[in-house]
Amino acid sequence: MKLYLKYASIILKSQMQYKTSFFMSVIGQFLVSFTVYLGLYFMFHRFHSVSGFTYSEVLLCFSAVLFSYSLAECFVRGFDVFSLIISNGEFDRIMVRPRNEIFQVLASRIEFSRLGRFLQAMAMFAYAIPVSGVVWTYDKILTLTFMLAGGFFVFSGLFILYAAICFFTLEGLEFMNIFTDGAREFGKYPFSIYGESVLKFLTYVIPMALFQYYPFLYLTGKSSRTLYMFLPLAGMLFLIPCLIFWRIGVRHYKSTGS
Amino acid sequence: MIELRSICKTFKVARRNAGFHEAVKALFRREYTLIHALRDVSFTINEGEMVGYIGPNGAGKSSTIKIMSGILTPDSGECIINGRTPWKDRIAHVREIGVVFGQRSQLWWDVPVADSFELIKDIYKVDNASYKKNLSMLTELLDIGEIIRTPARQLSLGQRMRCEIAASLLHNPRILFLDEPTIGLDAVSKIAVRSFIRYINAERKTTVILTTHDMQDIEALTERILLIGRGRILLDGTLSELKRRNSRHKTLSVDFTGSIDRLENGMHLAKYLDGHAEIVVDTDILSVSDAIAHISGQAEISDLSVTGATAEEMVVSLYKEFEI
Amino acid sequence: MKKYLSFFRIRFSNGLQYRAAAWAGVSTQFVWGGMTLLLFRAFYQTGSQAFPMTFPELSSYIWLQQAFLALYMSWYFDNEIFDSIISGNVSYELCRPMDTYTMWFIKNMSVRLSRAVLRCMPILIVAAFLPEPYNISLPVSLSAGLLFLLSMTLGFMLLVAFSMLIYISAFYTLSPMGIRILTISVLEFFTGAIIPLPFFPESLQTLLYLLPFASIQNTPFQIYNGYMKGNEVSAAIMIQAVWLLVLLASGKLLMKQALRKAVVQGG
Repeated sequence: MKLYLKYASIILKSQMQYKTSFFMSVIGQFLVSFTVYLGLYFMFHRFHSVSGFTYSEVLLCFSAVLFSYSLAECFVRGFDVFSLIISNGEFDRIMVRPRNEIFQVLASRIEFSRLGRFLQAMAMFAYAIPVSGVVWTYDKILTLTFMLAGGFFVFSGLFILYAAICFFTLEGLEFMNIFTDGAREFGKYPFSIYGESVLKFLTYVIPMALFQYYPFLYLTGKSSRTLYMFLPLAGMLFLIPCLIFWRIGVRHYKSTGS
Repeated sequence: MIELRSICKTFKVARRNAGFHEAVKALFRREYTLIHALRDVSFTINEGEMVGYIGPNGAGKSSTIKIMSGILTPDSGECIINGRTPWKDRIAHVREIGVVFGQRSQLWWDVPVADSFELIKDIYKVDNASYKKNLSMLTELLDIGEIIRTPARQLSLGQRMRCEIAASLLHNPRILFLDEPTIGLDAVSKIAVRSFIRYINAERKTTVILTTHDMQDIEALTERILLIGRGRILLDGTLSELKRRNSRHKTLSVDFTGSIDRLENGMHLAKYLDGHAEIVVDTDILSVSDAIAHISGQAEISDLSVTGATAEEMVVSLYKEFEI
Repeated sequence: MKKYLSFFRIRFSNGLQYRAAAWAGVSTQFVWGGMTLLLFRAFYQTGSQAFPMTFPELSSYIWLQQAFLALYMSWYFDNEIFDSIISGNVSYELCRPMDTYTMWFIKNMSVRLSRAVLRCMPILIVAAFLPEPYNISLPVSLSAGLLFLLSMTLGFMLLVAFSMLIYISAFYTLSPMGIRILTISVLEFFTGAIIPLPFFPESLQTLLYLLPFASIQNTPFQIYNGYMKGNEVSAAIMIQAVWLLVLLASGKLLMKQALRKAVVQGG
């Protein structure tokens, strides 16, 4: 942990060398997801509700997904840009250092500018938490916490999976964007609105509905099954196969170049 | 103690042909070529040795280094370094080695070099006392005391390479791998780097494995040479052995007046200008003094020098001999 | 002209090499388009009377958008160009017997075009065989089809001309990161990449159509699916042409000034 903070401070120092660029990126990140929010706002301006969910409910769902995504993106960023880490030889360096590879990839890239998105998630929370009509009892607070933690784990798992594929292809597979960028974009609405089959896929294959749709039903009082409250914890298990796949990938690593 | 036995490694590489038509075709079907980077590579290096690892581009130098440093897993074969297999026991293994990749940096680009050193200290869990001792020794020997307060991006190549080498030695490794450490350096930096490498090998008994294309590195540093070509170890011997082997041919540089028309058997004209000639003598056939006597019989010699083959030439003739 | 053409060819066939990326891209865009349609279906089922387009019109729009994503993607910038500006190597470009603006313009066009060529057909074909109303229909008429091609070309060039302005700005800011991401968010929003422009509130519609951004992808796609009809079509194409001229002219002018500045500073 101490070492992680040391990495973090060096990265922060480096990023602060280019202050203007850094703050522009923060603002830019904010703007990018703000325009997405505006799009959503315009849709509700026209339709008022969708498949039984109101604007403030959807906003709550959106902010939960954005929150966990931006955290994952900020701290697990190394895996997101992993094809770069392989191609510029950084991974060779990682391999000759006496620390766990996953730790080093995590620690060597922390993208503080991604906090722009995080900022927006916070702002939306601040708005949606009081007006969503949820009575914030302890179990509801706990449910929301589980959702955020579950989301962080599943997104992290996806980033790691994405990176592990690079060991075989040496370049990132754009297809994985569906699960990372796509989950962020389409996850702003509860997954049920995309229909039965999409929901099933996101329950049993890539367990994103486990931290989004089901606990969200419990949160908004649309379902009273307490099981739903704990599903995000089950979703976290997704990280395990991702890590196993990563291990296989490291074995398969074939370094580039010289 | 480093021991490699029958190491093999192959890579699958997609074949890419030139041209628009081929590019379209490759969309649907891609052909792969198997590249045998290493076939049956075996050698032993003792503690405290300094070994030059040479061979043309793509011969397998980097792959060997990467296997020995735990980056790559070979397809088959054994590699035992200090009693461990690098890729199986990576973390314990790399604690005892230092690696310098001449073409890549391990320093953080935008922060002072000293900050990178601090981080490396924590990565290797070096205790404060030995870190301090080590750092002061390295900064003094490499003459980087002034520049470690500067961000790496502002350093010249020579300054940066000296910092890279220091960074790889902060944890006092028993083995040092240097992958083209003098590439692109100016003459002064090259000499500084070489004398430093010689120093740590002599004083600290650090085992050094050096790959390079610069034969002056080899001449200045290593006694033992490993030559690799097309994935095989072709030669394992000392530089002086090699020299002896190649000392058959001497080159006579002659300034003269008059003309040289006739050459004895065993003499070969390499260069002929008006008043200057370079003649290669095969000493198995003809002694040098006979050759000189033969020339002086035809022309008036005003200046003369005799040289053996340079390391550079020896390597070229080796590459030719092994057809690599 | 020939040299620009061969320059284009090299870049173009270079772009064709990325096979795995192309197939991955096709499937990504296919899923993306499908999810977008499912999302709009939910809104349609909730309040069809508030829907500003017919559903088949929307389907065609979404599939065109996915098929030609590479032509209109807002986030693609050529890092080589930015690097050459920042490092000052751009001065070398001046030594070539080519107009720098034209060369960069062609470079951008060829990269986008090679990606689009690879990706559009599979998406369009599969999308055509989807069940109604989720499929892409044929253009509403032959003339709409032809005008679509014209308008698509204009919109494509318009976007490249716009991104040229961003490259040029790097001569002055020397750090393109910020302006780049600002541009992306503005483009995504106002071109109708986030939600199609008809879904914006009524009060914003006129303003939206006068901005250059609507002329990029919205105009060609809405001509194709018949959302724009009659006089609307010719007016929209006129707007495209005017904006294209304005951006090309200002780009060339600014480029000249920027290069002069770069040379004076010795880059």
